[in-house]
Amino acid sequence: MEKNTLFDKIWDAHVIKSVPAGPDVFFIDKHFIHEVTSPVAFLNLELRGIGVKYPHRTIATPDHNVPTVDQNQTIKDKLSRMQVEKLRENCAKYGIELHDLGSAHHGIVHVIGPELGVTQPGMTIVCGDSHTSTHGAFGAIAFGIGTSEVEMVLATQCIMQSKAKKMRISVEGTLGKGVTSKDIILYIIAKISAAGATGYFVEYAGSAIQSLSMEARMTICNMSIEMGARGGLIAPDETTFAYLKGKQYAPKGADWDKAVAHWKTLKTDDGAIFDKELVFQAADIEPMITYGTNPGMGIKVTGTIPSTQGMEGSNKTSYLKSLDYMGFAPGDAVKGKLVDYVFVGSCTNGRIEDIRAVAQFVKGHQKAENITAWIVPGSREVEKMAHEEGLVKILEDAGFELRQPGCSACLAMNDDKIPSGKYAVSTSNRNFEGRQGPGARTMLASPLTVAAVAITGRITDPRDVF
Amino acid sequence: MAYDKFTVLQSTAVPLPTENVDTDQIIPARFLKATEREGFGDNLFRDWRYDVEGNPKKDFVLNDRTYSGKILVAGKNFGSGSSREHAVWALYDYGFRCVVSSFFADIFKNNCLNIGVLPVTVSPEFANLLFTAIAADPNTILEVNLPKQTINLLATGASETFDINQYKKDNMQHGFDDIDYLINMSAEIEGFEASR
Ligand code: SF4
Repeated sequence: MEKNTLFDKIWDAHVIKSVPAGPDVFFIDKHFIHEVTSPVAFLNLELRGIGVKYPHRTIATPDHNVPTVDQNQTIKDKLSRMQVEKLRENCAKYGIELHDLGSAHHGIVHVIGPELGVTQPGMTIVCGDSHTSTHGAFGAIAFGIGTSEVEMVLATQCIMQSKAKKMRISVEGTLGKGVTSKDIILYIIAKISAAGATGYFVEYAGSAIQSLSMEARMTICNMSIEMGARGGLIAPDETTFAYLKGKQYAPKGADWDKAVAHWKTLKTDDGAIFDKELVFQAADIEPMITYGTNPGMGIKVTGTIPSTQGMEGSNKTSYLKSLDYMGFAPGDAVKGKLVDYVFVGSCTNGRIEDIRAVAQFVKGHQKAENITAWIVPGSREVEKMAHEEGLVKILEDAGFELRQPGCSACLAMNDDKIPSGKYAVSTSNRNFEGRQGPGARTMLASPLTVAAVAITGRITDPRDVF
Repeated sequence: MAYDKFTVLQSTAVPLPTENVDTDQIIPARFLKATEREGFGDNLFRDWRYDVEGNPKKDFVLNDRTYSGKILVAGKNFGSGSSREHAVWALYDYGFRCVVSSFFADIFKNNCLNIGVLPVTVSPEFANLLFTAIAADPNTILEVNLPKQTINLLATGASETFDINQYKKDNMQHGFDDIDYLINMSAEIEGFEASR
């Protein structure tokens, strides 16, 4: 019998037709849309005089560009308001389910999909956002698309895609103290570079991955795109099923049993061939932080910034340009450097477990004076739980400022911007120049490291503090 | 929407040898607030092109009159990061019809093909040769020939072939897009959906 990978199984089940010497016509089970990458797609549908083919397969929420204060009031920024209004108009016109600002399940699209149980094993999921890879944590094929493709999915529920190559990354063993799934993924990206998985779809496997909670798995799959991968996925198991059981859109009763029986078949066959295989040891991984302007530029918090030895030409120039932007030099230790902001949030680490972790560590402490600390829950549901569990109180007592759900300072489209030249240690996923505001200097780390930095005011190894 | 046809393009080129240029640099997030597709060219490479007061930065290549043209020759791993198609709209709107690099990020490349900006992947050696040639003579002409799948330096005759799948090539040459194709498949799609 043919041996297939998990990726093959799901992909092949969704191909309606293979175009000779071309891409596959690929069927999409679920489509998420938000206010920033959908308006032009809807506009083009109108220009073509066509509608939305299967509205029930699309779900919408405004997240990228929404304010995180006074969400119940009219959005002040005119252009942002127009985008959100367009989304409302389009959803009403075509009958698309919208989780609007202030509603019970409003939030970052990649946080609410799993929370609602919309995201399920074996599905194909796309969204006009590169971190759609998050949903791969459930054993789904999920990836980001451009606005032209958003239009295709709305119009036909399909896109034209060539099948990616397959890579398996296994992490074996037990994680050390103070090491989280964020450190795993920052470690992998630092090892293989920000372009190291371009052209591939990655399956994460191994005992260290299997031991992770669903939320921790989402953090890993989320950042697949930061090594260039089309997406990442993890085979569904009992942890997955337990997470989904009882969720609003999860199957119920006899349907549930049927679904689980099918989901259990969704794993890579023994002996299936990958185009590339990598194995890492959990014991080698320590708390990580980035020092440059792409997520591949990461080191352990106790490490020093690499020298330019062995680099030449545009490689070296680009590296030095990046360090110059960050205000760092080769050979610098990062530990002990002063920080101005901490940001806990985003679709990478804005879930309840992340907020619990931060709260647990800052409990009874005060943030350092030089630090401005923002916590932005990934969704209303997360915000609600954080209140109910008393986490908000703990965080506010420690001097953190809680904001309302949205992408916020992850991409700084709204007012949540880190000022030029300031250092932010952030639980988000991108440290690109200007990502958190023009001139902002971002260092990516886990929620634990961010909590440690908040307390000490400097780059800190969380294992030294807690 | 269907776009311009692309067959043979002869043009001078703009060099940008920086590596790992992400789409946040090509078009920063704060300029993604429009609900239409026009006008993104003004903000192409916004934060590299202008200082905080909005004055052009002299050392950035788009502000250097020496270089112009419809072809952007870019460093390795161009277009990484966000899936925002606005990055390609901005390149297109500014006047680029072709981007050359030794390595493209996946989603960016797809977006280019969907908009009608031709992404041409060359070897690292050929990319270096192009950077050197453009630096030596900013008026040097590149020819990108889609039917033949070649990129040539006209002055020296240096040339390399590039890959593109036949389907995308046909689309670019005729100005078709994927939606036209998919809409013609409605019956098959409906059959598939009904079986889910
Ligand atoms: S939180 Fe950041 S990475 Fe996630 S969807 Fe929003 S902008 Fe994108």
